[in-house]
Amino acid sequence: MTKTSWTSMNRRGFLAAGAAAAGTVSMPWVASAQAKTIKVGFPTILSGRVAQLGTSSRNAAQMEVEKVNAAGGIGGRAIELVVRDTKGQPQEAARVARELVNSDGCELLIDAEASTGAFAVHEVARDLGILCIHTNSETSSLSADPKLKLPNAFRCARQGIHDSVVGGTYAAEIANAKNLTRWATCSPDYAYGRDTTAEFVMYLKQFAPKVEVISEAWPKIFQPDYTEAITKILQAKPQALYSCLWGGDLTSFIDQAAIYALFTQMQFYAVNMADYTALTAVKNLPAGIHSGNRYIKTFPATPENAAWGDAYKAKYGEFPTNWAWQNALGVNFLAEAAKKANSADGKKIAEALRGLTIKSPFGADGTVTMRAEDQTIVGYAVGWGTTIPKEPYVPEMKSVPWQRIFELEAAWKKSKGFA
Amino acid sequence: MDLNALTECLVSTSCMVTQVTSGFIIGMLLFLVAIGLTLIFGVMKIVNFTHGAFYMIGAYLAMTVFQATGSYTLALLGAAIGACLFGVVVERFFMQRIYGGNVLMQLLVCYALVLILDDLVRIVWGPEFKSMGMPDAFRVPPLFILGGIVPPFYLFLIAAALAIAVVVGLAIARTRFGKTIRAAAHNPAMVSVLGINTGLLFTGVFALGCLLAGLAGGLAAPVRSLTPGMGFSILIESFIVTVIGGMGSILGALVGAVLIGLIRTFGALGFPLFTEALMYLAMAVVLIVKPSGLFGREAA
Repeated sequence: MTKTSWTSMNRRGFLAAGAAAAGTVSMPWVASAQAKTIKVGFPTILSGRVAQLGTSSRNAAQMEVEKVNAAGGIGGRAIELVVRDTKGQPQEAARVARELVNSDGCELLIDAEASTGAFAVHEVARDLGILCIHTNSETSSLSADPKLKLPNAFRCARQGIHDSVVGGTYAAEIANAKNLTRWATCSPDYAYGRDTTAEFVMYLKQFAPKVEVISEAWPKIFQPDYTEAITKILQAKPQALYSCLWGGDLTSFIDQAAIYALFTQMQFYAVNMADYTALTAVKNLPAGIHSGNRYIKTFPATPENAAWGDAYKAKYGEFPTNWAWQNALGVNFLAEAAKKANSADGKKIAEALRGLTIKSPFGADGTVTMRAEDQTIVGYAVGWGTTIPKEPYVPEMKSVPWQRIFELEAAWKKSKGFA
Repeated sequence: MDLNALTECLVSTSCMVTQVTSGFIIGMLLFLVAIGLTLIFGVMKIVNFTHGAFYMIGAYLAMTVFQATGSYTLALLGAAIGACLFGVVVERFFMQRIYGGNVLMQLLVCYALVLILDDLVRIVWGPEFKSMGMPDAFRVPPLFILGGIVPPFYLFLIAAALAIAVVVGLAIARTRFGKTIRAAAHNPAMVSVLGINTGLLFTGVFALGCLLAGLAGGLAAPVRSLTPGMGFSILIESFIVTVIGGMGSILGALVGAVLIGLIRTFGALGFPLFTEALMYLAMAVVLIVKPSGLFGREAA
């Protein structure tokens, strides 16, 4: 029968069928436009040493998607997250992102990749013109550098420059008060580590001009042993140490440095300490580590933030991470923009996103804004404080008014040629 | 490059004590992993890429036993014995099938096992990094020896590793088992002809290697974060150690490991941006000057 029907097809019919098939393959959005659900591609890191952060990104996004769908979805269509593992490799992130759009029929992208992968996904978004919200890249240039600006790409994550303004201000205040002039740094040797350390030191020196960096250690990312970095720092005898090591690298460093009594010999400023993953992993957390907020349910100290942290813990059995709140907020922005645009169309959502302010448990004043000029979030809670080894881990966070952050950020952009 | 910091350290007793002991600390863990690698290669002629996975399993087992019992001694025993038993299973079911086989096949099987064991750890203990914490006995202030800072735990670690080096070295040199291993490394066919069960011997050597890797994992667990895949990074450095020391040589593994440790600690002072490369440079120099390694036998 098959043979008969195949041979009975005339040339014109064959060409028409072929054209229809080719159109469906090369233009997946045509096929998916009719779908009831709207597929949102979600490339993130689900394997390797950072898997826990990727998993928390997915969990938080899924939790918010369920709320959005319960309220009717976006543009009347339910969201379906299509999650793929990028293994933390930029080339894999780009391949997966492209496949999510071209093969899986995703109409929007939430790029939950770290910085290295985010820049690769950004180029995919440029190429395909799809709406993309970066939720985990903190490298400031992603949104600050005008050369990278795309009308269809947004960032819904904290930024290194914002953290550094607050961290530099906080550290300088203590440095001036306690005459801490000899500083050392120990950060991972890649773009994030280098940039963030340079920005922190820049503001520290700006607000505490007597500060001098007398030693620098640059261990490799995921290095198992920090002994040589620790002994190098001890030899230099600094009064304070800054680090942007993170996750398992930070906990290893603390465990190894603690037996050298490093924390009794100098003050320690670790921007990535105050995240539950790191706080709970270290068995003997030294008291008095200074840290930036990553995610703490007590900062901002509002019932909404505490309720969100508790809801996440109740659902997944562990506290959320810094990546978790950023992805939850990404979904919130998507839903609010779609509501404002009254559409699920990527271009219309992008238009609505620019300058959009939404209510959020993660906002310094209860709201977060997607700044129109560089399509990145501002107004989120950013602070630094001193840790204690038990809940609430950071009893008091100090912040800097966002207006002041804007002024310093603008000067930084000017110095980098971004503005 | 910061040659001032390096020269200042070289003339300072306290700095020398700190840096040399740090070099030994880094080296001793590498040695315990490398010794198994070198033994397995020496006897079975297989480059065992799965070896780092047994270090990882040892670390996780140590953490589990420590959390359950509070005893670090039991944790070390659990790590060593558990990794050893696991090694026996892997050797009997997988490795025996690839001895003498195509090198590509050996690599593929080992790589597959690495992925499987990483996933197994992820399933059992979870994907997130974990920290065992320092046993109470070692939670004491560091010692000051000639002005240099030396944590007591690291003194224990160095002593334990050196003791193991002596015991394994003597066992290989003096015991009947050791003689059989050396004979099998030299000519396995002849050993088999003499009525010795080489299959069992191979299992024994593989198990010994895994036991030492597991022990290294147990010794590392208090000071390193535990993650699936943690065995891979130490494996690469252990390979450098065995290449420098000479494949099959225990003394070579010891010297190579200490050398790598010292290169890292002094390199971090004088060549902070070039430390990793210094290790590879040392390996390249050894390969050029003495391709069989510092203590390796030249091929006949």
